[in-house]
Amino acid sequence: MNVKNRLERGGTPPLSPATPERETSPIGARLRSKLEAYGFLSPAVLLVTLFFFIPVVIIFVLSLSDLKSSNFGMLQWWLPVNWSLENYAKIFGNKFFPKILGNTFFYVAVTLTLFNFSSALLIAVLTTHIDRRAGFFFRVLWLLPRLTPSVIYIMMWQRMASRAPHGILNQLLVPLGIGTGGDLIQAAPWFFVIIVNGMIGASFGMVIFTSAIEAIPRDFMMASKVDGASTWQTIRHVILPSIKWPILFVITYQTLSLLTSFEQIMLLTDGGPGLYKTEVWALTAYHRALSNYFGNNQWGYGSAWAVILVIIGVGAAAIYMRVFKFDELVQEPKIDLL
Amino acid sequence: MKVKLENLSKRWGKVVGADRIDLEITDGEFVAFLGPSGCGKTTTLLMVAGIYKPTEGSIRFDERVVNYVAPKDRNIGMVFQSYALYPHMTVFQNISYPLKLQKTSKEEMKQRAQKVADMMDIGHLMDRKPAQLSGGQQQRVALGRALVKEPKLLLFDEPLSNLDARLRLSMRGEIKRLQVELRVTSIYVTHDQVEAMTMADRVAVMKDGKLQAYSPPDELYDQPRTLFVASFVGNPPMNLIEVDVTRENGDYHARADGIDLIVPAERGEKAAGKGRVIMGIRPEDVTISEQEQEGVSGEIYVVEPLGRDDLIDVRVGETSIRVLADPALRLKMGENTALDFNTSKAQFFDPATEQSLLW
Repeated sequence: MNVKNRLERGGTPPLSPATPERETSPIGARLRSKLEAYGFLSPAVLLVTLFFFIPVVIIFVLSLSDLKSSNFGMLQWWLPVNWSLENYAKIFGNKFFPKILGNTFFYVAVTLTLFNFSSALLIAVLTTHIDRRAGFFFRVLWLLPRLTPSVIYIMMWQRMASRAPHGILNQLLVPLGIGTGGDLIQAAPWFFVIIVNGMIGASFGMVIFTSAIEAIPRDFMMASKVDGASTWQTIRHVILPSIKWPILFVITYQTLSLLTSFEQIMLLTDGGPGLYKTEVWALTAYHRALSNYFGNNQWGYGSAWAVILVIIGVGAAAIYMRVFKFDELVQEPKIDLL
Repeated sequence: MKVKLENLSKRWGKVVGADRIDLEITDGEFVAFLGPSGCGKTTTLLMVAGIYKPTEGSIRFDERVVNYVAPKDRNIGMVFQSYALYPHMTVFQNISYPLKLQKTSKEEMKQRAQKVADMMDIGHLMDRKPAQLSGGQQQRVALGRALVKEPKLLLFDEPLSNLDARLRLSMRGEIKRLQVELRVTSIYVTHDQVEAMTMADRVAVMKDGKLQAYSPPDELYDQPRTLFVASFVGNPPMNLIEVDVTRENGDYHARADGIDLIVPAERGEKAAGKGRVIMGIRPEDVTISEQEQEGVSGEIYVVEPLGRDDLIDVRVGETSIRVLADPALRLKMGENTALDFNTSKAQFFDPATEQSLLW
């Protein structure tokens, strides 16, 4: 499909040489340019609508109903008659609600702080200050956890952390007199949940920070050195301020990403050991809606958990955009709209 | 501070950046590194700055070898072609950055930054960000940042290349004036021979990583030691003509197709009997002859008015000779003319070694 066709599909007239009417009627010209702008926006709008707004609306309606596998096909969940706020009352009345909320904040905050931000920045800074090829090699290593299929990646961790004499970690720890030789994931579930997710998460920020650091003109680094800065001072006074926006972007994006991620936790501990020890919000939504015992999937109830997560996410994004002044990132276009 | 480069080389694998450079800069001297792009002048400068480590040879500041001294401990100021002003800092923060790194007190920092800024005539712009300044103002900030810590050595890496022609002219004068006032030993890298000639006490001409010549501008102009120096320095460039120099009846004749010139003995005897040699003569040393019958006759091929002079391209046989002529002569393309050569300024070069036969 050529550009002209796409523009027409997007509801905009094809580009044509200026006509007399266009010159005499500024309102028509302005309308035309508006339509053109929307034409260019439409692919993105279409995708976001299809894969975000419509599912959110469906989930929201579902969350008001009591749809589950036992009444599927009988309950007319789309009729307002069958709607109530009961699912939400159930969530806030759940005695594990504070525990799950706390788990979620703990998991997001610690993983983000230690790995998705700090480790990512550290790797990016270190690998850009050593030989180029060596730096590239180390960054590729850090990408491996992300490239490995989740199931295999988690199985590797489970084998590493399994009880003596099978687990390699216990083979090191037991002779040193540390621990009892039992399964380490059972012994320290949060430690493993965070490290397992963090080692995947660090590579995202690493890639963004690395390219941002490498995009800083070499003259700045040279100038800073000549001005009398040590490597650390150059990092602090020149590199970090230069990558302020990538840093804010990574923090925002990774907060939201961590809030909604659950598959590694599901595979590693499935929220355990015991009751809700490492259960986070997204995992709860999944458990309620899609993985309940005896095949009793509570779609409506699970959807209510998911809706609250969407609200938390949107709220967090809004706060970040305010605090970090994202609007300053967007410059006024230098090209005049015709 | 004196600077001495001894047998200084920089190689990256097989790529040669600088090749056995030997050069001494006296205290307070202004030296220009001149050469076409890729000649190794910036590589040499960055070795002096400490950004590159020399592969071979040594750099001495006064008597001390500084090869492995970090840039921050060399007490140098540097001005970049791109200015390299930190975009997130204000003018004040940019200028005072070197002082901040030295842990200077806030009071002193403010005072010294203001003093330098006033000297550079940007004292009123202290709160601006670099993006809010014009190119010339940015250049002044960069200069101020280089000067604020009172360095022992100033390095300039094509600092005027990004400025428009007028501004370049006035900044050229200002930098020279400043250097003379402060008496800071300075190295100035440029590909612009006019900049090098007008500003520097001595000019180091470089080509392919090698030092071609190192002498004061007038000597460089009047006594070029290599063919490259002769053709690179001077605008419009020197005419180069292949001639045979022979001695006949006590006179030295330089001959080529359609050309027969008498050369003064002290120059002629060094070029005689060497077979084909290259004679170099600057456009201002060739004049349009008053009498058409005398001199070398040729046809005017192109006339380029430069304002004060006309640059005339005259074809003599197969050779094209550039001549600076008075516009009042109203020369026209296609006319025949005769040329007088001031052969007491003629240069002679060995075509094989490209070395001067005179100096």
